[in-house]
Amino acid sequence: MATNNEAIKQAGRLPPAVSWLGWAAVAVLAALGVAAIASHRGESIDALWFIVAAVCIYALGYRFYSAFVAAKVLTLDPTRATPAERFNDGRDFMPTNRWIVFGHHFAAIAGPGPLIGPTLAAQFGYLPGTLWILIGAVLGGCVQDFVALFCSIRRDGRSLGQMARDELGPIGGAVALIGVMAIMIILIAVLGLVVVNAMRGSPWATSTVAATIPIAILVGLYMRGVRPGRVLEATAIGVALLLLAVFGGRWIDASSTLRAWFDYDGPTLALMVILYGFAAAVLPVWLLLAPRDYLSTFMKIGTIVALAVAIVILNPAVKMPALTRFIDEPGPIFAGNVFPFVFITIACGAISGFHALISSGTTPKLLANERDARFIGYGAMIIESFVAIMAMVAACVLDPGVYFAINSPAGIVGAQAADAVATISNWGFQVSTAQMDELAREMGEATLFARTGGAPSLAVGMASIFSNAFGDTLLAVWYHFAIMFEALFILTTVDAGTRVARFMLQDMLGAVVPPLRRTSWYPSVLICSALVVAGWGYFLYFGTIDPLGGINSLWPLFGIANQMLAAIALCVATTVIVKSGKARYAWVTVLPLVWLVIVTSAAAWQKLFSPDLAIGFLSHANDLAAQVADGRLVGAAAEQAARRIFNDRLDAGLTLFFMLTVWVLVVETARVCHAALSGRRCPPSTETPHIPSRLVEDWVRD
Amino acid sequence: MIEAARRLWQAVRAATGDDAYERYVAHWREQHRGDSAAPLDRRAFFHEEQRRKWEGVRRCC
Repeated sequence: MATNNEAIKQAGRLPPAVSWLGWAAVAVLAALGVAAIASHRGESIDALWFIVAAVCIYALGYRFYSAFVAAKVLTLDPTRATPAERFNDGRDFMPTNRWIVFGHHFAAIAGPGPLIGPTLAAQFGYLPGTLWILIGAVLGGCVQDFVALFCSIRRDGRSLGQMARDELGPIGGAVALIGVMAIMIILIAVLGLVVVNAMRGSPWATSTVAATIPIAILVGLYMRGVRPGRVLEATAIGVALLLLAVFGGRWIDASSTLRAWFDYDGPTLALMVILYGFAAAVLPVWLLLAPRDYLSTFMKIGTIVALAVAIVILNPAVKMPALTRFIDEPGPIFAGNVFPFVFITIACGAISGFHALISSGTTPKLLANERDARFIGYGAMIIESFVAIMAMVAACVLDPGVYFAINSPAGIVGAQAADAVATISNWGFQVSTAQMDELAREMGEATLFARTGGAPSLAVGMASIFSNAFGDTLLAVWYHFAIMFEALFILTTVDAGTRVARFMLQDMLGAVVPPLRRTSWYPSVLICSALVVAGWGYFLYFGTIDPLGGINSLWPLFGIANQMLAAIALCVATTVIVKSGKARYAWVTVLPLVWLVIVTSAAAWQKLFSPDLAIGFLSHANDLAAQVADGRLVGAAAEQAARRIFNDRLDAGLTLFFMLTVWVLVVETARVCHAALSGRRCPPSTETPHIPSRLVEDWVRD
Repeated sequence: MIEAARRLWQAVRAATGDDAYERYVAHWREQHRGDSAAPLDRRAFFHEEQRRKWEGVRRCC
């Protein structure tokens, strides 16, 4: 039976010579694409080159590198029964069609990260970010997701934290758990800040985002009570209402009484997001979180596909230069040289440690065949990386002057439009107040200055790409659609992240006070949710009153934390590879691990000790302290300074913690690997023994 | 043509989880026929699914 299928499959293949010629052509095209975007200087470059370079590099990476990893390093075994088959309970563990698993896995890993990071990193020009996204994904991020998925499949679908404990010992396990908690807090704070900056002083955006809450509740009630489990019907209703809310926002914006209800400054919006986050965490999931998640997933996939089609068909011109002056002088959006900060700023899309949690969570329990780990682990990350490339293109089709005007915080370029325009034009990026006013008017906003965070500039980019296809009259609607779409799934991450962090906190505190561990005991739910929300709410609130915009200090912290998590996953993976007797191939995970340790350590070191006030947390704190001591800051300014000094030191403490975590893990990994290689005592590999798959008769399914 | 449309619709339903209950009932018939209890009804199944699905890391950055 199997040989018969094999013969049929062979017959359908191209002759080797044709296949090799085809791949050689792809390689040439990839080289051409990279050469075009790398060597281009001057006016503008077609976005199509980015797409060509990216698609060809992904194709080569998938066809050759992932095949090498699958065959030689991990030796995927299609005859081995997966956890889904062995523990099939029809629910958690269930052999599922590979395309469906792919869809679920992609929907779970792709959040707002790959849209925001590249937009911020565009301050260096398009080239550093683009190259890092492509190379980082093919050699790092995709490998990490793939290997983490593989390790979990071979260990009954265990989580990253459990695997760290099993393979590296209790220290590794504990560090991984606390690390996940910390990254969650920072991530939620920074994402909240992005939404707040998009809604600040914009009744249209605020009313649309606010409308997503009752719409989600309506959908939740429909799916729970009216027509249980009818996902498609409920989603269709929800999406229709969301679009209505986007159009309706214009009407609210035009009415002088209604617009006052939705017109708030940053700190007020931050408090609202905090209250909302708490409510979402303690309300039953079916009411808000689950329906919001459905809506945001459909919106996300639909919009990403539309953006890809629009970029390919319309081929917009990328106006950002390949490199800007900010590669080696402090930039307005965040400070720091291109090394190491481009690698910190773009985490999701190149390599994101968060994915290891998903790869060792739901996904490994669904795979019908171990061989599909390559397609799902490596393949889904390629698509996420492609999303990051599109975000980079969307940010770079803006006039560079406009891009900087939207993204630079007022604390750096000046609060008055005239000052900001003068500063940015002085840097060599031409922009005028008239141009910005016209743009704001077209987008239906009062102003677009100092909207740091990436969402508004991405929305302007997307709106201009989409309106090229559908006409200028809808520009403002496209803009607010893009804002709504980003806010929708950022808030989903805020809700889901708060909930996950709450579970972890309940588990940790439960070790001390046992009743707190009961996940459905209401006092425990309220206390732990409040603690988690207070954690991210603190960073969010002070981010909105920070004159430098908050993104400045929080985003690098998030990047470092996320890369740290990736380092943890790669440490576990390296240990597994070494223990399986494949030490000669361990470079596959050691290479990205070493690179991550270098960039996170370099970035953390600079954030801690750089004498440059814009970069170093401690030097900034000391400078403010000196100003207060000298009496240069008095009264309210001195009070504010005291708070900023405290926050700087808190950020410094977190950075130090992240850096130490990485190094503890790396040393533990080296110790365990050395022990394994020299035959000394170390935690044994916890791989489950080979049990033949009973689905084997039809394992040649495709 | 109609067959192709039907298969596309089935694929969309499978990808979105719209057919989860049908799949559950099919699984139940296959694996748990001998059990004394009946399969969950649509509402109970969906409630149970939602509770279970949200007890862990579900979404990423």
